[in-house]
Amino acid sequence: MSEVISHLGVCPKGQGDARRPARDAHGGSLLIQCVGNRLRRDDGAALVVADRLRAGGLGSVVREYWGEGAELMQAWEAVDRVLLVDAACSGATPGTLHRFDPLKGPLPRDFFYYSTHRFGVAEAVELAKVLGLLPPRLILCAIEGGCFSAGDGLTEPVALAAARLADEILSDSSCPMGHEAGIVRHLENPSL
Amino acid sequence: MSQSAQSDTRVIEVNALARVEGEGALYLRVHDGAIADLKFRIYEPPRFFEALLEGRDFRDAPDITARICGICPMAYILSACQAMEAAAGVSVTGPLRDLRRLAYCGEWIQSHVLHVFLLHAPDFLGYDDSIQLSRDHPEVVKKALKLKKLGNQVLEVIGGRAVHPVNFRVGGLHCVPRRSAIEGLTDDLERGLETAIELTRFTAGLAFPGFDDDYLSVSLRHADEYAIHEGRIAGSDGLDIPVSEFETHFDEEHKAHSNALYGVRKGSRGPYLVGPVARYNNNQRQLSPLARELAAEIGLGETVTNPFRSIQVRMVETVYAVEEALRLVRGYRAPEAPAVEAMPRSARGSGCTEAPRGICFHRYDLDPDGRIQAARIVPPTSQNQRQIERDLRGVVERHMSLPDDELRWVCEQAIRNYDPCISCATHFLKLTVERV
Repeated sequence: MSEVISHLGVCPKGQGDARRPARDAHGGSLLIQCVGNRLRRDDGAALVVADRLRAGGLGSVVREYWGEGAELMQAWEAVDRVLLVDAACSGATPGTLHRFDPLKGPLPRDFFYYSTHRFGVAEAVELAKVLGLLPPRLILCAIEGGCFSAGDGLTEPVALAAARLADEILSDSSCPMGHEAGIVRHLENPSL
Repeated sequence: MSQSAQSDTRVIEVNALARVEGEGALYLRVHDGAIADLKFRIYEPPRFFEALLEGRDFRDAPDITARICGICPMAYILSACQAMEAAAGVSVTGPLRDLRRLAYCGEWIQSHVLHVFLLHAPDFLGYDDSIQLSRDHPEVVKKALKLKKLGNQVLEVIGGRAVHPVNFRVGGLHCVPRRSAIEGLTDDLERGLETAIELTRFTAGLAFPGFDDDYLSVSLRHADEYAIHEGRIAGSDGLDIPVSEFETHFDEEHKAHSNALYGVRKGSRGPYLVGPVARYNNNQRQLSPLARELAAEIGLGETVTNPFRSIQVRMVETVYAVEEALRLVRGYRAPEAPAVEAMPRSARGSGCTEAPRGICFHRYDLDPDGRIQAARIVPPTSQNQRQIERDLRGVVERHMSLPDDELRWVCEQAIRNYDPCISCATHFLKLTVERV
């Protein structure tokens, strides 16, 4: 936590200090970045995932973002593993879960149109790839939204998908590596 | 995007304007080589922040309005704070004022650098985006990212976090940052100044599309400093008024094709310009000697009439903001108290600060208990919207002979001159050019 935040006793609303991600039992570090806007209906899907992960005990590694890409990149500097969660708008059935490994190919930038800023998630990942600034491991999970109009609350299929994704991330807390193993396994799960 | 061309009719349609904060559209119809219709549309639903504030305690306004924008929250926070302080009859001076100005410098640095290198510079170099730019100029983009991070760092130290800072309140701060945290910025700011100078010189090599206009430049002006977070409202037409008289001289009009309101100068009902170029035109003599020297070196005169040179002005202002931040850090004195007390009373208060995109005006009417009875927020992009349309007319007339793709390119580039924050202006943008 930054000195001033510590000094201020300010707990940033729903967020910690992304510059100091939690470290796992192996000295590695993990960051789960949830991107969205709760006031644009299904664009808030990743933030609902964040809520559930925090309730499940992963608050120390979960951060919320509003979608400005450079801010996402800055948080990767001292992180070994990043799980990015965002809403997608690809035309797939609402609630569909997409999973991307940026090292296996370019991200479909149009998927993330509803990120608030046009230098958003996909641009940040691709720029970091070009500049050699990607963390050693980064996976992007996206929940297909159905409604991005102004207003709060997710549509039903998207709410179900957000809960499912969060539960999969949380699913293996009993193994020696705890949540971390669950997340890694989740990242490697080809069925997602 | 769709295009059509028939005899004397040309149609160009772009359904989403990229690299602009938010959602919006430009519709352009050209008939027989002349502009038949041009509409710059903003169609994000209005955010209704003004209505949201009604009935709330006056102390809630800074944190609520900060949510209007993730890029320039300081503009909303401090404009709201100043309005409430004016209503309460208190002023924030000395070290607390310096901390506000320091935080605002952080916002200018991060916002300007983000816009210049990740959103706008690709236009000038023929790249579709900053990813292509980074393939050819990786070190430039890396340095820009570091400089942007420095701006965020300044905001974090004072505000607790860079996006939607949480430590500002009516009357000052919730908590005074540690001296060591402020002084800890010194080395990074010294390095950041060198980077800012280098990146400013990078813009000297850009090619600027031909177009000039005689702008009515409107900005804050302060007797003792390059106005950032405080001052009177000044116009290049001689206007010099206190912030409280803004609504006497400026108005907003609604047009059916846009959700955002159009700012106009009362009387002439004409457009006016706010933002970096307006500030530079009105106040460039108050920039630091280094910033003025750099401005001259990269080709800026005392007045800027080509809006495409706004990218250079942003970098000159970035250099100034880093210098100013360094000055404030080196001279830091801890305030005796984190805030001055502001007691509620039935009153009207106005506040205005220079968001990176231009002046951001707030006015609130409070009841005796400090409940907000009415709120009015005039963000910079809505003030610029009419001027953007006028620029687009001029740019299209000047570049009418270009093929559709190139004309579309220069139109998008012209809109980005304003770093429009559409989400703020509607309280999100598409591009359509039609030649018929």
